[in-house]
Amino acid sequence: MSIDLTQDYFSLFELPRAYAVDDRALEAAWHRLQSQVHPDRYAHLPDADKRRSMQWATRVNEGFRTLQKPLARAQYLLVLAGVDAGVETNTAMSAEFLMEQMEWREAVEEARAAGEVGELEKLHTRLLQHAREVRAALERQLDIDHDYAQAADTVRRLMFIEKLQHEIDDALLALEG
Amino acid sequence: MAYSDKVLDHYENPRNVGSFAKDDEGVATGMVGAPACGDVMKLQIKVGRDGVIEDAKFKTYGCGSAIASSSLVTEWVKGKTIDQALDIKNTQIAEELALPPVKIHCSILAEDAIKAAVADYRKKQQA
Repeated sequence: MSIDLTQDYFSLFELPRAYAVDDRALEAAWHRLQSQVHPDRYAHLPDADKRRSMQWATRVNEGFRTLQKPLARAQYLLVLAGVDAGVETNTAMSAEFLMEQMEWREAVEEARAAGEVGELEKLHTRLLQHAREVRAALERQLDIDHDYAQAADTVRRLMFIEKLQHEIDDALLALEG
Repeated sequence: MAYSDKVLDHYENPRNVGSFAKDDEGVATGMVGAPACGDVMKLQIKVGRDGVIEDAKFKTYGCGSAIASSSLVTEWVKGKTIDQALDIKNTQIAEELALPPVKIHCSILAEDAIKAAVADYRKKQQA
């Protein structure tokens, strides 16, 4: 058994290079690879082999984590396509989108301050629906249109949406805890 | 991570929090966001007929450093012309607040907010 550390995660897991992923195939491939590279298998071998198996196991786990989460998978596809998503540098989202984000945050803040669990749960449901729509758009942009510039913008949007999801979860946890 | 005293001061006593009515004369709005941390920042300036910024307000959803950066910027732009306001650089903000390297993007966000507000002002002037 050996793993080519230069091949991309999709090749490593023998999956098509696409945003839409078969979760069960991904998980099955992960288990298969994991058992093949598990350091226990190399325990009786020289140190150099042990070290190599550790590298392989790390690579396999990193690959799984990257492909498993939709946002990480999308960002990885952009990297493979040579497109910088600009998540650290691009601050110029559409003003309309940012205004919407601000309104969401205000609504969460107010509901949290007033202890309105029901209102937070409503926001949570609305946001999940919204996130589903945005992810569907991302799938179209990446897998059908191959419009990576547009996909980079959608990835940035999803990052705000995930942050908002955390804020709502936090607020619910604080009120219910 | 420890915040500097200046960050804490702005965080605990933020200056100029709030909003102007966005269609009032001389009011311009800059909206920016940082995808990596999900911070959203709104900076508004109120510019007099002489082109000097008379007042500024902000609203920021983000970490302490992002709030401090925008609070500081509202103080700095007051009394400046819009061209002078554009000279404010993120490095000055980061230095004033003693931001650690991982928080530099907060100061970049504040600088970009000034640019966005000035761009909105100029667009409104032409309209």
